[in-house]
Amino acid sequence: MMDMEKLIARRTAGLKPSGIRRFFDIANEMENVISLGVGEPDFKTPYAVRRAAMDNLQRGKTAYSANAGLMPLRKSIAAYMSRSFSLDYDPKSEIIVTVGGSEGIDLCIRAFVDPGDEVLVPEPSFVAYAPIVTLACGVPVPIPTLQEDDFRLTAAQLEAAITPKTKVLVLPFPNNPTGAVMRREHLEEIAEVLRRHDIVVLSDEIYAELTYNGRHVSIAEIDGMKERTIIVNGFSKSFAMTGWRLGFLTGPAPAIKQMLKIHQYALMCAPTTSQYAAIEALDHCEENIAQMRAEYNLRRRFVVDAFNRLGLSTFEPEGAFYIFPCIKSTGLSSEEFCEKLLYSQRVAVVPGNAFGDSGEGFVRVSYSYSVNHLTEAVRRIGCFLEELKQS
Amino acid sequence: MDQILQVLSGNARMDLDKMAVMLDMPAEEIQKKIQEYEQAGVIRGYKPLLDYDKIDTELVEAIIEVRVSPQRDFGFEEIARIISEYNEVSSVYLMSGGYDLHLRVVGKTFKDIALFVAQRLAVLDGVLSTATHFVLSRYKDWGIILGENGIDERRNISI
Repeated sequence: MMDMEKLIARRTAGLKPSGIRRFFDIANEMENVISLGVGEPDFKTPYAVRRAAMDNLQRGKTAYSANAGLMPLRKSIAAYMSRSFSLDYDPKSEIIVTVGGSEGIDLCIRAFVDPGDEVLVPEPSFVAYAPIVTLACGVPVPIPTLQEDDFRLTAAQLEAAITPKTKVLVLPFPNNPTGAVMRREHLEEIAEVLRRHDIVVLSDEIYAELTYNGRHVSIAEIDGMKERTIIVNGFSKSFAMTGWRLGFLTGPAPAIKQMLKIHQYALMCAPTTSQYAAIEALDHCEENIAQMRAEYNLRRRFVVDAFNRLGLSTFEPEGAFYIFPCIKSTGLSSEEFCEKLLYSQRVAVVPGNAFGDSGEGFVRVSYSYSVNHLTEAVRRIGCFLEELKQS
Repeated sequence: MDQILQVLSGNARMDLDKMAVMLDMPAEEIQKKIQEYEQAGVIRGYKPLLDYDKIDTELVEAIIEVRVSPQRDFGFEEIARIISEYNEVSSVYLMSGGYDLHLRVVGKTFKDIALFVAQRLAVLDGVLSTATHFVLSRYKDWGIILGENGIDERRNISI
């Protein structure tokens, strides 16, 4: 019999499955588990947005859209980028509507990376960057961000990591899992380095709307950076639309033209119903976003304080909906901590090393849950830490 | 609206220390502000939001539309005050549109409410007519969708 496994491409077979899987397979089988593990909003998509989808289905709007997305949606995206970040993009040639932010990341990396090209990936960060680079035959180069730098990428770190082979810098802020943000002054320092090199910035701004102390600043707003930057954004986190699978890319026309070819061959277009819904989201739901952000902010302060009180030193995140407490004081590794916590108190959190080696010694806690849920989880973790002390 | 009022509007029983952390304000300051709101009558009280359909008690609620003739010098004030005095009446609003006063009235039985309307409300000087609408079922109250509690359908898939 033919051995199918032997035929799998080596770079695919060599990909590590996400470190979280094994762990959550256990958690999903257990009873009475309190999870702080999910990476999606606990809010439902605003009803007006769901309604817009239903209305368009009702009217039979079920065909493919243009490859780059419905023109009215691209216009709404252009208007949003302009009013939120003072960035002007041409809906005709500088925007692609993608299947989630993830596809945007894939398009950008595949469009720019030749075999052997290096892609700089600040870590800890979203788990998809490095595998996508590997599949494109590129070389992911992790840059560990540090708690003492508030998990920001520094100009010195960037400078040191750049080689003649460097092609792309992934800029994942606001950051999953740390919650770190890069403010204007930090971006200025990075831009100073980047302007001296021919490197594309893939700025993953999927959490842009979930920024708590002042508005999100995009690196494309910094002098000389728009021409070097591809922005990935989307509807999943800001509009609580994860299951709709809708994101977008903005960038210079020559790059968009190339990425559109990949998108066209791989996916044809993003789901049309989701696109109609997204127009409603962008044009009429600013108030809903503000409400969700305000609610996340209350929970954020609550969990940061609660974890610090428990004795787990927790950096104050300024974006996304995660905290990243340091668990080194327990003497356990990230995975041991998570596994013991799950078996002992039935609380599921994500080991920090799932987001890169530099995440070792930390765990990711999502606060995309009600205050009552969070309060109970904190209580259980408190019991767990007491147990550890006594053993 | 002030953040303290917003948080209390979501959960009036929110623990003071928790609120202090969530709003990044000293607990004493929050307490002082709440007292000021209470004294100024901005906060008029705290009540549980009960789902009456789940309580084993007889209770009937009706919305009553009332048309009245406003009085010289007093307008609608006088008659609205008189109606507000009845314990059966839980709210009284002056309305624009086809009628004048909108009442919510609570009783144990339909008959209670019928008698209230016939004997106490319709007979008041200035009341021209009433229209009584009984509440049959509640789907949403105080911004909360009633019925079964929602379950969290999110799986630990996304990372």
